[in-house]
Amino acid sequence: MSDYTITIGTFIAIQAIVACGLNVIVGYAGQISLGHAAFFGIGAYSSALLTTAGGLSFWSALPLVLFITGFIGLVLGLPSLRLKEDFLAITTIGINFIVVSVFLYVPFFGGALGIGGIPRVILFGERLRGTPFLFLCLAFLAAVQLASWLFTRSWSGLACFALREDESAASSMGVSPVRFKLAAFILGTAMAGLGGALYAHFMRFISATDFGFPMSVMILSMVVLGGMGTLWGPVLGALVLGMLPEVFRPLTEYRMFLYAALLLLMIRFQPGGLLGESSFARQIFSRLKGGNQE
Amino acid sequence: MTEILLSLREVSMHFGGLKALDKVSFDLCNGEILGLIGPNGAGKTTCFNTVSGVYRPTSGEIRFGGIRTDGLPPHRMAALGIGRTFQIVRPFPNLSVLDNVIVAMGLPCYRGIIPSCGSWKRQTTRDGAMGLLSKVGLVSLASQKAGLLPLGNLRRLELARALALNPRLLLLDESFSGLRHEEIAMQEELVRKTRESGISILLIEHNMRVAMGLSDRLVVLDHGLKLAEGSPEEIRKNPEVIQAYLGKGGNSNAA
Repeated sequence: MSDYTITIGTFIAIQAIVACGLNVIVGYAGQISLGHAAFFGIGAYSSALLTTAGGLSFWSALPLVLFITGFIGLVLGLPSLRLKEDFLAITTIGINFIVVSVFLYVPFFGGALGIGGIPRVILFGERLRGTPFLFLCLAFLAAVQLASWLFTRSWSGLACFALREDESAASSMGVSPVRFKLAAFILGTAMAGLGGALYAHFMRFISATDFGFPMSVMILSMVVLGGMGTLWGPVLGALVLGMLPEVFRPLTEYRMFLYAALLLLMIRFQPGGLLGESSFARQIFSRLKGGNQE
Repeated sequence: MTEILLSLREVSMHFGGLKALDKVSFDLCNGEILGLIGPNGAGKTTCFNTVSGVYRPTSGEIRFGGIRTDGLPPHRMAALGIGRTFQIVRPFPNLSVLDNVIVAMGLPCYRGIIPSCGSWKRQTTRDGAMGLLSKVGLVSLASQKAGLLPLGNLRRLELARALALNPRLLLLDESFSGLRHEEIAMQEELVRKTRESGISILLIEHNMRVAMGLSDRLVVLDHGLKLAEGSPEEIRKNPEVIQAYLGKGGNSNAA
């Protein structure tokens, strides 16, 4: 594989991890979030600071990074999750802008210069770069997928589905809305934090603009495109949206136009996402399954 | 004297200047079916919502099984043993009928962090939910999405969900409205069986024949006030109740 392919692949794997986190919040618990990049950023900045100024290794910083991101998710989620739908969407956009401003204007976070000199991940005495780092990202993606899968099978996951479908009915069955929305929020933001940490050690230089509102929209597009609330939807979404700009690269000026047109066509013809209910992929799959049984 | 399960003492619920409930008091005994009736806007659903924890009453006291419960949120009331159905059905539309019931079976697991990490895809859970579905006659629809079901089936699904909570008290909010004759008969049978299994029932009902037929006692509300309380025969003869439903006779419009 060429360096170019590996770089694109690594980006896709990292974004897939972040998208899986958003899927837990939006797809499973039904809480719209347009500020997920903020937590991606919090993960990246905390890992960057802990490994540069803090002098920790990537591996000893990682649990702290997950804790910090999840904890900030909890603190910001507590007031936000009392809001619903459009109000929650606007609040999460606000959170995104505030977090970016803090990174940008507080000198501790490097200001507009960002943070540089982030060390590479060292595993078994090897400095990971290129293909090995891609495999590390894929291994983490697999872990995130496993966590998502376990979540959908747990009572907490079922409680979140119920809250997504009907909050009044769910709470009349003993589901505490605040507790389980927060559980989904903490899990989802911690996954974003993991993606952020990998991103920081991949780029080795980060700045606030990497984690702005456009990034949040991009991550949400991945989840919607792939299929909200499905296990593999966010991964497929990240793959498609990560590859499209590269595939269309020869078309230079027109590639963003084609990219947008494809998104619109998707929403028109496959509103549930590529892997969602009644999507082409699902129909073909169930037909194959039915054919086998006959 | 049988044991009192639920008691309301001077419960008031005000929305701004509107007194939806005004010092309403009544008791519900263990094993009883108590009917709550009254004209539209009498405060029946408000009364339900204060009992099930949706509203915190403006004043007054609600006790359930001796514990003071006014102001507790709905999920705590469910844990204490109150199951309910909704006037306008509230299924989980994108979950299967079976999973709708399983959500309610998780009640003991939602309270702690460790039990809520356990798996809900276990055979025993599934069998339990199937048992409840067979009680209400929905086994053949178990794998259907709940959102696709007609109203009659949804009313029975709500009943199955409420029963999955293993409640001591069941609140039925007009769970007969919009049903066909056969469906009403089926639902009545289910309610009777539920009571025989030892669950007390508080029901709101507009269909007088159903309310009179099922209830041991009735409480009549009108404009947020308790108008009367008694056996179906007493209520049927009560002149104030007749007036509330049919209006004053004679020349009441003359002035």
